[in-house]
Amino acid sequence: MEAAFLLLSHPRGEGRTPQLLPLGSWDWGPRPTDQRRASEQALMTGSIPGFIDVVMNFNSPVLLEDNLIGQAKAAGKRVIFYGDDTWIKLFPKHFVEYDGTTSFFVPDFKEVDDNVTRHLDTVLKREDWDILILHYLGLDHIGHLTGPHSSLIGPKLKEMDYILKKIHISLLSKEKEASLPHLLVLCGDHGMSEAGGHGASSVEEVSTPLLLISSAFHRKMGNLQPPKHVQQTDLAATLAVGLGLPIPKNSVGSILYPVVEKRTMREQLRFLHLNSVQLSRLLQENVPMYEKDPGFQQFKVSEKLHGNWIKLYLEGNNSEVLLNLGKKVLKQYLDALKTLSMSLSKQVAQYDMYSMMVGAIIVLEITILLLLSTPKALCQNAAFEIPLSSSSFSLLFYLMVLILSAVHVIICTSAERTCFLCSISWLMAVGVMMLISALLCVIVALLTKTFENVRPSAQNLAASSSGWSELDLLILFGTLGHVLSLGASSFIEEEHQTWYFLINTLCLALGHEVFRNHFLGKDLDHNLAVEQNIKKNAKNVLQYKNDYVDVPETSKIYKASSSMELLPKVYEKWLQLASPWFILICCRLLRTLNQTGVQWAHRLDFGHWLTSSDHKIELSVLTCLSLIMIFVLVQRRCSSVSKVAMALGLLGVFCYRAAIGNVLLPWQRDRKSISKGIIEARFVYVFVLGILFTGIKDLLKSQIIFADVSIKSLGLWDIYNGLVLLAALLLRPHNLPVLVFSLLIQAVMTKFIWKPLKHDAAQVTIMHYWFGQAFFYFQGNSNNIATLDISAGFVGLESFIEVPALFLTVFATYIGPILWAIHLLSFLSSENNRSSAISHASFCYALICSIPVSAYIILVTSLRYHLFIWSVFSPKLLYEGVHLFITATICVFFIVMDQTNLIKP
Amino acid sequence: MKDADIKRLFYVHIFCIVSIILTTFIPSFFLEDFSVLETHLTWLCICSMCVAIINVVLYLQVKPNPSSKRSSIFHKISRLLKSCVYFFISCLLFHAIIVLYGAPLIELMLETFLFAVILSTFTTLPCLCLLGPNIKAWLRVFTRNGATSIWDNSLQITTMSSVIGAWLGAFPIPLDWERPWQSGQRKGCSYEAGDHRIQAPSAGEKHRLYPVTFTTIWNNQRVTHQIFLALETGWLWCPLQITQPSHPPASFLKYTILT
Repeated sequence: MEAAFLLLSHPRGEGRTPQLLPLGSWDWGPRPTDQRRASEQALMTGSIPGFIDVVMNFNSPVLLEDNLIGQAKAAGKRVIFYGDDTWIKLFPKHFVEYDGTTSFFVPDFKEVDDNVTRHLDTVLKREDWDILILHYLGLDHIGHLTGPHSSLIGPKLKEMDYILKKIHISLLSKEKEASLPHLLVLCGDHGMSEAGGHGASSVEEVSTPLLLISSAFHRKMGNLQPPKHVQQTDLAATLAVGLGLPIPKNSVGSILYPVVEKRTMREQLRFLHLNSVQLSRLLQENVPMYEKDPGFQQFKVSEKLHGNWIKLYLEGNNSEVLLNLGKKVLKQYLDALKTLSMSLSKQVAQYDMYSMMVGAIIVLEITILLLLSTPKALCQNAAFEIPLSSSSFSLLFYLMVLILSAVHVIICTSAERTCFLCSISWLMAVGVMMLISALLCVIVALLTKTFENVRPSAQNLAASSSGWSELDLLILFGTLGHVLSLGASSFIEEEHQTWYFLINTLCLALGHEVFRNHFLGKDLDHNLAVEQNIKKNAKNVLQYKNDYVDVPETSKIYKASSSMELLPKVYEKWLQLASPWFILICCRLLRTLNQTGVQWAHRLDFGHWLTSSDHKIELSVLTCLSLIMIFVLVQRRCSSVSKVAMALGLLGVFCYRAAIGNVLLPWQRDRKSISKGIIEARFVYVFVLGILFTGIKDLLKSQIIFADVSIKSLGLWDIYNGLVLLAALLLRPHNLPVLVFSLLIQAVMTKFIWKPLKHDAAQVTIMHYWFGQAFFYFQGNSNNIATLDISAGFVGLESFIEVPALFLTVFATYIGPILWAIHLLSFLSSENNRSSAISHASFCYALICSIPVSAYIILVTSLRYHLFIWSVFSPKLLYEGVHLFITATICVFFIVMDQTNLIKP
Repeated sequence: MKDADIKRLFYVHIFCIVSIILTTFIPSFFLEDFSVLETHLTWLCICSMCVAIINVVLYLQVKPNPSSKRSSIFHKISRLLKSCVYFFISCLLFHAIIVLYGAPLIELMLETFLFAVILSTFTTLPCLCLLGPNIKAWLRVFTRNGATSIWDNSLQITTMSSVIGAWLGAFPIPLDWERPWQSGQRKGCSYEAGDHRIQAPSAGEKHRLYPVTFTTIWNNQRVTHQIFLALETGWLWCPLQITQPSHPPASFLKYTILT
């Protein structure tokens, strides 16, 4: 909720009484309007920002579209701006005077406003400006930090009140000598959700107040009318008319009628005519069948009526007839404007169907390829061949390339709209076509091969399918259910519920397995022997299962030989039995920490309680405890050097949090100096890099010198620990317990579940993936841009530097999935008795991530006219895209690790 | 012998289904303002009571192999007490699991507990009736391929289907359709949350979906249960299966996977 004061010298007003025109709240419509660029763009151009504008917000490029500020500059108006420097990036040469404040350092909410206010006194005395824009960011920052119920909001609003009063009084005094009245526009560019964020489409986020204050408006006696809803895009048109500027070309807004209500009929009609001419031109440009549009037809009718009215008016007819006709024309115009505006807003979303289809086809083909090679890839030697060379010389391939190229040429020559694939160079396009046809040929080849193989062994497949354990079934149906749930917008909004539900069920299933393992060892033995017999018959299907079948024997061996000598066996047994329940309780606690999603996001959660200013001591204690716990959990696997580095790094994290004022140091209770904590953060970065460097050094050593596997796993654990330290630095202050619980659950699962129960690599991978997803939401993320914590990108940086900020933000957002994936790698590499486990894991990880994404891409393509496409589906697509990118990186890392394994012997 | 067993089992299931359906309609004649959605708590109580009574009576009547040795009264009472304790423990366990699944810990405790009770009536009670308070026997029945008689199979299927039904019943939690049954629920719930509403205007809405969810979970569970009961009886009647009931659940699963 930023307050933007737009002060304009209103050029055509005669009224003298200062007036307030409460236009009430305005609607954004269901648009993703999180970021500032998009909002300013909408304010000044009157067009609806597309979703991509939000993504581009990070480095706001110059706004080239026709806009109000540009028009004002062209008309020789002098514009002054103070506030958020996004404006200056958008309009680099438009302001005669400006002072920008960086808006990305969210924790600061005093300085940003003082930077604006300090200019106020001088600038209000001067006469050399026409438009003054003040953008106050403090309220927005408070909202992001502490939510709408914060105690900081009251004083901030009072401060804003005071500033408004000051401006108003000074304008009134100025008006005495000037001939034209001033207009004071007070508006917020977005609202605030119950969590303090914005960007979704709830009522609280999309409606904000808009106040127009000017002596040109006439006071209405009696009770105030209830405020009306107007669209945000209407403001640009209204201001343009008011300032006597042309309406921005792409504006879809219609003029706010109450503003011009008191003008003479002729002027009113003129303004409305201007507006509708602009809108109908826009319609002509965008809609091929514009003549059929009801808005356009209404406009034509009203234009004709307007002509009649002018004729009567010029004849000097002043009777009732003229007035009535005028009113009729007015009504006709307003209706036409409304319809035009509506049909234009609908037109804004244009889809480049051709490129979308091509992308979807490639994604789909790759997923099918992965799915088809599953049985091969998961067998013992973990190798599957892609018959690339044979299929790329087949007739089918050339035929496909030819057909697709022909289609490409036809589409590109006939396309009316711009199309991404047509705009890239033809060599690239041909490359894309070749990729599609090669993939298709490979799939066909694989399919024929599998069919040849499957025919004889179909019987065996059926027999072995009953040998699936409950866990396998759960994993299968859980994945399917999750993929299906992506089709509904509510399920995307509340995706965390799906994951929490799935991991709870997973824990219960594990509990059941542990229980069975302990109490029914003998029965199980018998059953498994039977199953093994069945499996021996089923020769080449699902061989990978075999390495988990011998559960009881190996677990006994494990028990005898493992490091559990310290504990008596009985204790160990009970600890094992209790571990799933312990994990369940952990998950339940984490759930209360961050309330995410949409429906229940406003429920007070533990995180809010902690971050409120009254509970600083509790937060400090919790932070301290969490850091100690992190150290205790991590140090077991550290080399001694990195142990020291870890301890110092965690100390640095605490100092950083104390420096930015999140927590209190015990010895400085009263002093309240809040800095950006740059030195402390860089201190931590040094240790993070140090630990990562040690890890990489170990890895290189294990690869080049023929050292044993333990060095490699030590290196991996060091990398993991370095990332944990970085996560501890970047997480929001109240989220450190998430990291602690993540480490704790990993430790417990490793010790009591994966090792004793001998799950195979595929199962372990999928469990890791599920937990990673759940922790993504435990962190307080959601599928909504509003929960994105951009302040993480500024830790230890003086100003916004794109690459590190982007990297840090992405890492901070995906801490859960990344940490679990790296843990998977370290865990599997330290389990050296499993051959080809890592390649299994990397295959499974790629598969399990790509199935939802490809299903989602197809769903989104088919749902592109859904009402919530911009507010729900697109942000999710963005999240999925980034997640896929991370997954790809992780898989490459997996493969590199696996390669070193192959080179060595 | 087997045919007779199947017949008895069939009647038990028919009675169960009829009783569940009747509890939805009958009480509205006696109680004013009774409806499944508005007064879901009473309905849950009535339903679980009915099902419990019918289960106990029928299973004791048609029990497959009544213990041959006539045991003493004392022994019987101790068994009864033990069964009650087991039932109560299973309620608590279900309650704990529901809370771990995300139900609020303190508010709406009654709803959660009633849900746990109804779930126990469907799962624990038949086991208690058929197997008695004998953990060893339970473990045997609920391992894969551990069922020895048709009664064990029936237990397996009904219990699993109840649990799976309840699990699937969580499906509507994230949905935010503004259906009449949801808004109707808001009305019913508003007086419960009246105190909160004064403090925070939207407090009533916070809990809006929760009771509804319970009702739907329960509904869903019931429907799945019935479907599975029907399926099961149908399957038991199927002569093909009767002739070779070697490992019925496994073959059933195989059948579904193959088709």
